[in-house]
Amino acid sequence: MRFWFVLGEIAAGFRRNMTMISAVILVTFVSLASVGAALLLQMQIDKLRGEWYGKVEVSIWLCPVQPLGGQACVDGPVTDDQRDAIEARLSSAELKPYVADYTLETAEEVYADLQTSFSEADWTGGVSVDALPPVIHVRLVNPGDYQVVEEAVNGQPGVYTVRDQSELLSPLFDILAKAQIAALAVAGILMVAAILLIATTIRLSAMSRQKETGIMRLVGASNLFIQLPFMLEGAVAALIGSVLSVVTLWVVGKFWLVGWMSESFGTLLSRVNTADVFVIAPWLMLLAVVLAALSSVLTLRRFTKV
Amino acid sequence: MIRFNNVTKVYTRGQRPALDHVTVEIERSEFAFLVGASGSGKSTMLALVLRQERASSGTVYVLGQDVSKLADRKVPFFRRQIGVVFQDFRLLENKTVFENVAFAMQVIGQPRHSILSVVPDVLSLVGLEGMGKRLPHELSGGEQQRVAIARAVVNRPQVLLADEPTGNLDPLTSEGIMAVLDRVNQTGTTVVMATHDVGLVNEMRRRVIELVDGAIVRDESGGRYGAGYVGGVRGT
Repeated sequence: MRFWFVLGEIAAGFRRNMTMISAVILVTFVSLASVGAALLLQMQIDKLRGEWYGKVEVSIWLCPVQPLGGQACVDGPVTDDQRDAIEARLSSAELKPYVADYTLETAEEVYADLQTSFSEADWTGGVSVDALPPVIHVRLVNPGDYQVVEEAVNGQPGVYTVRDQSELLSPLFDILAKAQIAALAVAGILMVAAILLIATTIRLSAMSRQKETGIMRLVGASNLFIQLPFMLEGAVAALIGSVLSVVTLWVVGKFWLVGWMSESFGTLLSRVNTADVFVIAPWLMLLAVVLAALSSVLTLRRFTKV
Repeated sequence: MIRFNNVTKVYTRGQRPALDHVTVEIERSEFAFLVGASGSGKSTMLALVLRQERASSGTVYVLGQDVSKLADRKVPFFRRQIGVVFQDFRLLENKTVFENVAFAMQVIGQPRHSILSVVPDVLSLVGLEGMGKRLPHELSGGEQQRVAIARAVVNRPQVLLADEPTGNLDPLTSEGIMAVLDRVNQTGTTVVMATHDVGLVNEMRRRVIELVDGAIVRDESGGRYGAGYVGGVRGT
């Protein structure tokens, strides 16, 4: 009885307040879609990080046979002793915790690699083995610890330069992080708007039903029972908005990320997918309910007078 | 049943009190008129009984309870024992007669089967058998007030408060309403009615409590009201 009565009251409130309810649905929809986009971006960033940083390595370029101009390698090509010293350093107790493993690629191997990678380009013919540096490839336990290795070996005799591949990735992650901040900022502003809008809707709804609530109060309906329809009205509208945002994220995930991006990038990038949308969906809905609850608390406090 | 113990009510500090040291007791199953000019304190007394207002000083006991000591969250349950009727009926225009009466049961969570059995009984008590499907605007003023009374008593309150229930009705219709209130009183419900309808008061011969400027100037059972009484208001 009570359940159906409350349900009927909510339906009546929806009919009476159609424009405001629509506004609530749209604002929560857009704000939660932004929150969802930010969350998906975070997942994307984590995925890329896990995948790419696992592969990146620090390259220690040693001095090649052919002299280079400028300050580097003025003492000539790297000697075996120098190379052994560097390798000893990498496996020392000091660096052990940071270095997963390392491999040496001789200039000949680098040259062979170059030939196979760029076999169709003309310029490979002009490159001599002597001009190529031997390289020590170091895989780190934690790709963030590049500095430690760099400080330990840079400037050592026989070292030409130290390169960190993850440096190449950081601009991409910068862009993703900035996009995420932008999405969160938009979401934040829209959420404030959503709370205010839900509060206004509840207030309007309560005012348009003052006669009913007045009678309810007189015949002894409890405060919860009087307020429940209004609270649920806001909550249901917010929930509809959250469902819309989930559907939108799913559609974007399905047809844009999976469809268009896999055509353009193939399997090169591992990406967030529709399954990830369902991971964040419950959180978005929960957030919608929290938004509605916050607004109810803001509004109905003044209606609790008996 | 209802006891005012030296009750004063001041709405705005510095203004004349709406009720000024009022002491009065109304017994169980009694029918009492509160009479007096507009602004004499009748409605304030009813609001204090309902605990819509709180006394500035003194104590109001309703159903053996000091209402000022009643916690806010307990007020709804307290009010279930009190029915109220107003001059302006306060019916819900989009609900039928049956639904208006049923509303009072629904909102306190009564089960459907008891609503279906109780509401027709109450409608016949107030003389509206078979009119459950009508909408308020299809009814006369007297009939609308009967619906309001039905709604007020459907949860079997121990007290019925009526604030100028005949204020909008012609004399003949008013008599009908009085008959209904009398019938409600016969079922054991205490009825307190605020009015300045002299004719009705004199006809009923019930207890009359007369207020002037927030003070009780007369309290007699089987009383009359009108010109010629101390502090009385000239009747029509």
